[in-house]
Amino acid sequence: MSGKRTAWGGILLRRAVQIVALGLLVGTVCFFMARSLPGDMATRIAAGRYGYDLVSNAAADAVRIELGLDRPLWLALLQWWGEIARLDLGTSLVTGNSVWSEVVHQLGATIDLAVASLAVAVVVGLPLGTWSGLHAGGCIDRLTLALAVVLRAVPPFLLAVLLMVLVAVRLGALPVAGDHHVGSVLLPALTLGLGLAAGLARVTRAAMREAAASPSFEFARTKGLSDRQALVRHGLRQAAAPVVAYLGVHAVFLVEGAVVVETLFAWPGIGHALVHAVFGRDVPMIQGAALCMGLLFVVFNLLVDAGCLALDPRRRRGEAA
Amino acid sequence: MNGSLLDASALTGRRSRRAATRRRTGFCILASVAVFSLFGPAVIGIDPARQTLADTLLPPGAAHWLGTDVLGRSVLARLAHAARLSLGLALLAAVTAAIPGVLLGVVASWRRGRIERGLVMLADAVLSVPGLLLVLLFAALAPGRYWALYIGLSLSLWVEYFRVARAASRPVLAGDAVQASRLLGFGPGYVLRRHLLPALAPVLGTLLAFSAAQAVLALAALGFIGVGLQPPTPELGLMMIEFLPHYEEAPWLIAAPVALLMLLVFGMMLLVSEGEPA
Repeated sequence: MSGKRTAWGGILLRRAVQIVALGLLVGTVCFFMARSLPGDMATRIAAGRYGYDLVSNAAADAVRIELGLDRPLWLALLQWWGEIARLDLGTSLVTGNSVWSEVVHQLGATIDLAVASLAVAVVVGLPLGTWSGLHAGGCIDRLTLALAVVLRAVPPFLLAVLLMVLVAVRLGALPVAGDHHVGSVLLPALTLGLGLAAGLARVTRAAMREAAASPSFEFARTKGLSDRQALVRHGLRQAAAPVVAYLGVHAVFLVEGAVVVETLFAWPGIGHALVHAVFGRDVPMIQGAALCMGLLFVVFNLLVDAGCLALDPRRRRGEAA
Repeated sequence: MNGSLLDASALTGRRSRRAATRRRTGFCILASVAVFSLFGPAVIGIDPARQTLADTLLPPGAAHWLGTDVLGRSVLARLAHAARLSLGLALLAAVTAAIPGVLLGVVASWRRGRIERGLVMLADAVLSVPGLLLVLLFAALAPGRYWALYIGLSLSLWVEYFRVARAASRPVLAGDAVQASRLLGFGPGYVLRRHLLPALAPVLGTLLAFSAAQAVLALAALGFIGVGLQPPTPELGLMMIEFLPHYEEAPWLIAAPVALLMLLVFGMMLLVSEGEPA
């Protein structure tokens, strides 16, 4: 029992440190981004408050003293960090809305896309991988391998363009971009999901082969269970651990892919917002979106860690790393 | 930007020979792309920025081997310059990330205890931000500047070197050879030169090619969505987005940068392939 607690504690601590580091790293880069914006910061803020016609040097100086913009750099940076720690992300320079409300709205769309992509990956990758693992060397196995190599070699942004041109434009089958139609999630989800499915099928295949060759599976067959029963009772759970671990390693792929794919397909999620905030030099929005994506990534990793622990009792007892 | 590199496992017989052939093929592909990007611009000798508006969208021919783009610029010249830029920036970032990454990895393995825990925490901190996001943030710091992209790439690449070096140097440090060296009174510098670096070299060579190719892809992805380098710089991702509207009338245009990128990725995959095809 105590071993279980320490394993969980270690995981939580590691991810907590990551969240703090994420805030510091993204916050610092965005702080300097804000400082490097053209023009005088105090004048800009004063203009935002009193309108561009009413800005005078006196008003700008009043703002400078009030907000402490005349303080040294390191104090301003500390203040900036403090604001992030208080979860105060400020308002968007472009829309004037609070960054929080914008980000929460976009987060929903990104999570939708991520879930749809994972669903595509699981629906395509798992059955192919399981079948290939149990019938190694068969024609499905060879076909899966060929597909996996091709899909792994194509970066997401290329796959996105291929799918757009072939499926949406040539066949007129699905909407190319936006989110106003039923089925518009399909193309972006396919783009991300297929890339994941390729690797997932290979990992599942290896894990299934290992599980099918293991003594426990052998014994299940010996004591008279059918292939299917043995698979369900002894094979699947054993094979699931490496598959879940693979998803953890490729969480990066999902998050990075989301930035590119959302932008290309005009899917109104966090990645899309981030890129557009970069175009608009909207620093608070860049910071909010980047923090949110990083948080999503860390939380996803945490879920994967928890899944690995739940599936593999050896880890809980600290036998296998 | 993430690569779960397998350790160089000892393979046997036919499978290891097949893997070696595969690795050699991968290396040859990457080397030929490198040669093209290094000498291409000089050999072709056409200014990639020169526009001839009378010659827009020419199909491939004697004068322009890969045709011309919508502004009448030579695609071959632009491709060579783009390859040189991408590979140069990527290799620079990979090499400068490798040096601190490897050294810190060795230090962590050597000193253990608090130093190791601190370094692992630092690596974890960088890992809290996905690589492409980190590069994007730095690119946004100074839009279209090389140095910003370079810093972002280096920062995201060093972690992988750190992890591999830390894991790979542990058995070497625990071995008899290092113990004998220490007993004979040789210092850490000698042990690093004589024992650690030779043992790490094969893994690091693969990792270098791998992370450079990753960096090229990251640059292309950012250029493609418009937050990386800015036009009129010839860059692979930018070229693709410029050629995309003409995929119907001039499909050979978009094929050129796509083919170059695919060659890079294939070379990289072959290079890191183990006995088991990835």
